[in-house]
Amino acid sequence: MTTASVPLPNWISYGLIPLLNLLLAFFFSGLVVWWIGESPFEALKFLIQGSLGRGDAIGFTLFYTTSFIFTGLSVAVAFHAGLFNIGSEGQAYVGGLGAALAALALDHYVPWYVTMPFAIAGAAIFGAAWAFIPAWLQAKRGSHIVITTIMFNFIGAALMVYLLVNVFIVPGKMAPETRTFLEGGQLPKLDWLMALFGLKLGPAPFNVSFLIALVMCYLVWLLIWRTKFGYEMRTLGISPSAAIYAGVPYARTVIIAMLISGGLAGMMALNAVNGAAARLQVEFVAGAGFVGIAVSLMGRSHPVGIILAALLFGILYQGGADLSFEMPTITRDMIVVIQGLVILFAGALEYMLRPAVVRIYQQFAKG
Amino acid sequence: MSLDPSPAPAIELVGIDKKFGPVHANKNINLTIAKGSIHGIIGENGAGKSTLMSIIYGFYQADQGQIRINGKPIVIRDSQAAISNGIGMVHQHFMLVENFTVLENVVLGVEGGALLGRDAARARGELERLQKDYGLEVDLDAIVEDLPVGAQQRVEILKALYRGADILILDEPTGVLTPAEADHLFNVLRVLRDQGKTILLITHKLREIMAITDAVSVMRRGEMVATRATAETTVEELAELMVGRRVLLHVEKGEAKPGPVLLSVKNLTVKDGRGVKMVDNVSFDVRAGEIVGIAGVAGNGQSELLEAIAGIRKPSSGKILIDGQPVAELDAARRRELGLAHIPEDRHHMGLVLKFEEYENSILGYHRDQRYGSGAFLDLEAIRKDAEDKIAKYDIRPPNPRLKTANFSGGNQQKIVVAREIERDPKLLIVGQPTRGVDVGAIEFIHRRIIETRDAGKAVLLVSVELDEIRSLSDRILVMFAGKIVGEKTSEAGEQTLGLMMAGIAA
Repeated sequence: MTTASVPLPNWISYGLIPLLNLLLAFFFSGLVVWWIGESPFEALKFLIQGSLGRGDAIGFTLFYTTSFIFTGLSVAVAFHAGLFNIGSEGQAYVGGLGAALAALALDHYVPWYVTMPFAIAGAAIFGAAWAFIPAWLQAKRGSHIVITTIMFNFIGAALMVYLLVNVFIVPGKMAPETRTFLEGGQLPKLDWLMALFGLKLGPAPFNVSFLIALVMCYLVWLLIWRTKFGYEMRTLGISPSAAIYAGVPYARTVIIAMLISGGLAGMMALNAVNGAAARLQVEFVAGAGFVGIAVSLMGRSHPVGIILAALLFGILYQGGADLSFEMPTITRDMIVVIQGLVILFAGALEYMLRPAVVRIYQQFAKG
Repeated sequence: MSLDPSPAPAIELVGIDKKFGPVHANKNINLTIAKGSIHGIIGENGAGKSTLMSIIYGFYQADQGQIRINGKPIVIRDSQAAISNGIGMVHQHFMLVENFTVLENVVLGVEGGALLGRDAARARGELERLQKDYGLEVDLDAIVEDLPVGAQQRVEILKALYRGADILILDEPTGVLTPAEADHLFNVLRVLRDQGKTILLITHKLREIMAITDAVSVMRRGEMVATRATAETTVEELAELMVGRRVLLHVEKGEAKPGPVLLSVKNLTVKDGRGVKMVDNVSFDVRAGEIVGIAGVAGNGQSELLEAIAGIRKPSSGKILIDGQPVAELDAARRRELGLAHIPEDRHHMGLVLKFEEYENSILGYHRDQRYGSGAFLDLEAIRKDAEDKIAKYDIRPPNPRLKTANFSGGNQQKIVVAREIERDPKLLIVGQPTRGVDVGAIEFIHRRIIETRDAGKAVLLVSVELDEIRSLSDRILVMFAGKIVGEKTSEAGEQTLGLMMAGIAA
């Protein structure tokens, strides 16, 4: 009936349309920059140079990318089961506790690669545990997962502040954070990987958790499209009534999907806690959980799309920070505006250009 | 210009052609519809009927060709243009706001001003006149969702007439109606025609074509293959024109040889969400080697009964035994393991996940089976091979297991479900509305499969609101009314008898 039902080739749906959306977002961002009296081209130059221009810039960009991949995957897994997990932020925060406990317990005794699996498990288990209660409430009591996961973000934040201020704080210090992990509790930087490309990492915190993130992308792809459980998740996510017909157990599927989602969010802590800061700090998630929602939306809940979207947001984060440093009139808030425009055009207005593209495509296909 | 005194035809289509990429949906269609007639259009699913109607109603633009209304060539860019040219459409799925009154629904979009009061009063007068003229009784102040389906349809017709329609397109109008409601609709259509309206009736029910139309056009694979005066054709000829070969409208079947009881339902009661008894203390058995049909007007508890047996809906009391085993505590998946197969009433919401590729749907409900992959993983190669075998055996078109299920026609979608359920070699097959929205060729095919399943010694429970289907397939017929089984008949029972029982009048 309408253009919405006209099938388009994949390269248009997944390549051209997102690209056009992105260009539109940049165009309007440019207008905003121009409106406050700066040159949009100059700003774009700083943004690109600040995120991709030097070895350390790339290192920072990829560091942010890593966090966003974890949270993006977290949102995507839940989304495939028809669940909107807004709680990746809190799950990552609590996941940090698991990662830090593993490091604090082991860093005196063993090298990093022995600690790593424990840190991964700790982060995943704590993140999953934080997702469990909302999942159980949704599965058994019908409490809406959006509401409960938002609430759990606040509860998680309060819990972590309490623990850091009253339990983990180093006696005599002011900062609410754990002691610094020894090398045995850290995840090493990937300077060798950068060196392969002739780049110097410098102070950037780009670390081994990037590789863990890529492995998780593969595992998530495997889970969703190659396992029986993934099949059940997708059935439930697309058509709850067909899932009942097929005998997909609702409560079990919801809870397991949320545990996996929470676990992936928790693993974001590997990057920030074990990789970058080498200690557990207050507010270390810094919004990565919410960015994960945008990343998953933009990446169409597919691991490859999530990697690309996470990279884009990594560039915006790192390049944006550099931009506001180089052009003081462009404040942090302006950067948030630009990020907002990208989310608006690439996510929320995803289908805005589609009818026009369909018409052009049909003209083209006919001729 | 000719001096012919006879009026110009209501609709003339000249050389209408429409392609969607490689699909040639309408090939050079020429069609003339006389003013003041009821003209039927029949064809299998995917024959191009819907595309053609969408072109007339402005949803699509034709690539080539011309539309003339009352002899005047016009361009119909959208449904607004169609309406202003006097074309109204009654969709298969009603476009009504359920919690508005009839009057509010009719004036929606043509309110005429910011304040409703005065225009509503004028609309009421106009509607009362239309109701009187055409016999379209319905309470203007009733809330739409409280009305029976037949009345809702009359609201749709009123809506079109209120907007000044002279040409009415009805898309599968009787799909949701009881036989009595369908008769009522036909009376309304006759009155409309006699008052000079032109009616275009799209249907796949040949009997309706014979009963009500003046002329009939047959479409096949995008082409208009024939137009006949209804009085000069037969059901057999039309079926053959539609399918392109001879069709058996009534499948031959031998005597049933009933064996042991495979499904036993005892004092089953099922309540809906509001606590209303949808199935009320129902008991019956189905034996191996027989087809038991449940006849009834839609909404009398058949759906709930089927869902309770399939493990989708929890009964509030009573027992269900599959092959002697009580199944109260088992979910749909466990019941499948006991040998139950279920062709659900609603393939779009239950039987299929439309966004899945075909092969993914070919394992829905059986995806845990070892043959589709051991352990936690799916064996895609085995699944696709299996899907291809079913596609070949059931002649599912297009034969592409990687195609999205939504892109198959209704008949082929249903074949995907039927193939999946019957090829499992179940002990007990429960079937709901197996041929709803399915074309004649596929109906014959599906009916044959169901009878073969019976002949292979399986028990079959069939629920259908199509009385013809129940009568031609069933060995025993149970009639359901208001949640109760009001009687049992053999397949020889007359339509009249069954119809009265379905209406709750006689037992």
